[in-house]
Amino acid sequence: MGIDLLNRVVRSGGLVGAVWLCSLGTALAMPPIQHWQTTNGARVYYVPAPELPMVDIRVVFAAGSVRDAGLPGLASMTNHLLDKGAAGLTANDLAARLEGLGAELGSGSLRDMAWVSLRSLSDAALLEPALEVLQQVLGQPDFNALDFERERERTLVSLREDEQSPSTIAEYRFYRVVFGEHPYATRPVGDAASLQRMTPEDIRAYYEQYYVAGNAVIAIVGDVDRKAAERLAERIAGALDDGKAAPAVPVVAALEDASEERIFHPSTQTHVRMGAPGMRRGDPDYFPLYVGNHILGGGGLVSRLNEEIREKRGLSYSVYSYFSPMAQDGPYVFGLQTRNDQLDEALEVMRATLKTFHEEGPTEEELVAARKNITGGFALRVDSNSKIVEYLAMIGFYMLPLDYLVTFNARVEAVTREQIRDAFRRRVPVDHMATVIVGGEK
Amino acid sequence: MRVVLIVVLLLCSQLVLARGAVHEYQLDNGMKLIVKEDHRAPVVVTQVWYRVGASYEHDGITGISHVLEHMMFKGTKNHEAGEFSRIIAENGGSENAFTSRDYTAYFQRLEQSRLPVSFELEADRMRNLQLDESEFAKERKVVMEERRLRTEDKPTSLTYEQFQATAFTSSSYRNPTIGWMDDLENLQLDDLQVWYERWYAPNNAVLVVVGDVQPDAVFKLAKQHFGPLKPEQIQAPKPRIEPPQPGQRRITVSVPAEVPYLLMGFKVPVLGTAADVWEVYALEVLSGILDGGDSARLTRELVRGSQVASSAGAGYDLYDRQTSLFLIEGTPANGQDIEAVEQALHEQIRRLQERPVEAGELARVKAQVVASDVFEQDSIYYQAMQIGRLESVGLDWSLMDEYVERVNAVTAEQVQAVAKKYLVARQQTLAVLDPLPQDPGKKPRPATPGDGHGH
Repeated sequence: MGIDLLNRVVRSGGLVGAVWLCSLGTALAMPPIQHWQTTNGARVYYVPAPELPMVDIRVVFAAGSVRDAGLPGLASMTNHLLDKGAAGLTANDLAARLEGLGAELGSGSLRDMAWVSLRSLSDAALLEPALEVLQQVLGQPDFNALDFERERERTLVSLREDEQSPSTIAEYRFYRVVFGEHPYATRPVGDAASLQRMTPEDIRAYYEQYYVAGNAVIAIVGDVDRKAAERLAERIAGALDDGKAAPAVPVVAALEDASEERIFHPSTQTHVRMGAPGMRRGDPDYFPLYVGNHILGGGGLVSRLNEEIREKRGLSYSVYSYFSPMAQDGPYVFGLQTRNDQLDEALEVMRATLKTFHEEGPTEEELVAARKNITGGFALRVDSNSKIVEYLAMIGFYMLPLDYLVTFNARVEAVTREQIRDAFRRRVPVDHMATVIVGGEK
Repeated sequence: MRVVLIVVLLLCSQLVLARGAVHEYQLDNGMKLIVKEDHRAPVVVTQVWYRVGASYEHDGITGISHVLEHMMFKGTKNHEAGEFSRIIAENGGSENAFTSRDYTAYFQRLEQSRLPVSFELEADRMRNLQLDESEFAKERKVVMEERRLRTEDKPTSLTYEQFQATAFTSSSYRNPTIGWMDDLENLQLDDLQVWYERWYAPNNAVLVVVGDVQPDAVFKLAKQHFGPLKPEQIQAPKPRIEPPQPGQRRITVSVPAEVPYLLMGFKVPVLGTAADVWEVYALEVLSGILDGGDSARLTRELVRGSQVASSAGAGYDLYDRQTSLFLIEGTPANGQDIEAVEQALHEQIRRLQERPVEAGELARVKAQVVASDVFEQDSIYYQAMQIGRLESVGLDWSLMDEYVERVNAVTAEQVQAVAKKYLVARQQTLAVLDPLPQDPGKKPRPATPGDGHGH
């Protein structure tokens, strides 16, 4: 079950989780989002979905690595340890209780946020005890020293595994170069030195500050009515201290110069990451930049970069560009990987493709096609409970308007060629980009 | 644990109600159509499954099924190269394709009213592909990049590839789906033409449609687009039955890497080959006992208990087409070595053979299977995958409806019996990734006790 048995080979790229965005088709299957606050201040977002006897809950905190405060890996380790011992129960006990109910607990953290999710059947006999475990994990984590040390050692092994991957090495170095002194620069999982310095006390302090109701968003989708959803949310938030919202993330500075860095790796391919700070969630230029990038490198099998690098020249299996909007300007990333001796050609084509697009913007045909793709595919983006609960969490976390999904298509339709060209000129610094190159000799 | 079991039974009856109806049709040209209704959202997924994959290939042309899959986007008599993808994109769709050892499949996800777009294009490329020399030259390069990305530069993937090639001698499961690099280099356009004509025909395809559709209307549409296509005389691939393994096999993969890794596999039957069907479901439960969640034995005892492993896993796929492998893998914890992990995994196997699994463990595996069966209904793509995977290896899709019941019927004694019968040294292959230094100037990192901070 832990091994990918299918041994499948897939044609397209899609190796990097491109920015997931949404748009609205004519037929919106999803009911309106309901929003309220729990008595102790957690913000709740809820959509009923009575068709399947199951519930998805996602609890999100402003508790990502951006708040590691000089101890990279702190947010990640805190999140990781929540279910490794809570309310006096061991990791084994907690897992056995959930698995005996068929429930699935998930957790994770990124730069802005950390989350815990629960998927359970909606039958009260199963949901109630599963919820109890969720409350324990969120509200009473033990952070035992032995659990901490074991998980730290495991993280150190996975850091070494990352060193086997030229793509991962490029990714982390890219963030370092693009974000410099900003806390977005560090690796969310941390580094060996910071992990060695970390103590369970650091983790408890981080937890007490950020895993609080005032800093939480609760998203609920499934076979529960409004009353039941309110009770669920109260119980989840009730497990947390009241607390308050985390302070704002500092503004990201633009890059002052272009840079290029080469790192040796004994691989047959060279991996490239190129880019700069891009945009944030709720950015005024969001729609022109999103639609523009869709045309340039975001549209899956159909984009200028894919056409130039893969379809015309066969240089790379996966070539892409994407904005990763965050609380502050997240990166605009260009990436590809190619046989070592083709690096110069691939890099040149990628840069030239960006430059041309930057100068000329899209053609009318490209814009029409992109609009059709984005708006015509809206229904696909909210066709399952698991997708909807992620949207709710994202909308809640970044405080996007509740009609964000409803107005999305109209805002995509309104984007013009001139707006794209203008936004790219102002926001995409083609002459001040960072390039990180990881691979073997020619 | 009794409480859990009672709940399980209650849910089984409830599930029948929640499940969308499946409708099966046959076109006159032999193509099978399977439609499953799911009206939760106005979307539809179309999948065309061909009964061909890497295990149909012979030596010298390995990877041809996958290369052909790439070429299926490169133009037909009616649509030029790339047009397929542009049309799907303009209709708001997303699409892709995948090749495995046992099948090649193409899919589109669309708003439900666009279903005819996907049928028109898929029917066209089922018989009208135009293989072009210059497109092939470029796409072969792309596939070689894909191989570098997925295999050449990934030490664990490379280990897996060598492991499969060692475990199987006659069975075509010895070859990687993406093909050996030298075979890719020597592939000719003519080879592809032959392969296309041989396997791409309506009577070797299964069309699966899941979503907000009316089955009879889909059948009508399928007849309109796929009905006129000419069937082909399909010659079944040679059986290439793997001979009994005469003893344990062991290999070492020495490539630049940082972390050692152990992979072991045991020859086991699958649903399509098993003489006793219960054995297959017992192996499925066995896999769950070892690795079905965070409370399962490998994580509980090796990662958190003895802390000999940093991670460990097990896997088995009952829907493979031919005799397959039950896999167990492990990565040593800091301060531990491969020998310690191997010993610990073998100790786990011994325990499974000597003592029946506990009632609580068995109940947890079953509870997860019951719940997953509901959770999986949340994805129409997954529902289509399930149907297609079964049909593409010659199994009836309705077997998926038996799954929960069959797993629930497995006893602790049966789990013990399959562990004794199949998890034996004679049928075992082991591969060890033994890292060489990544930086030629640096000494290899010792992976011996004493290094690191293990407990």
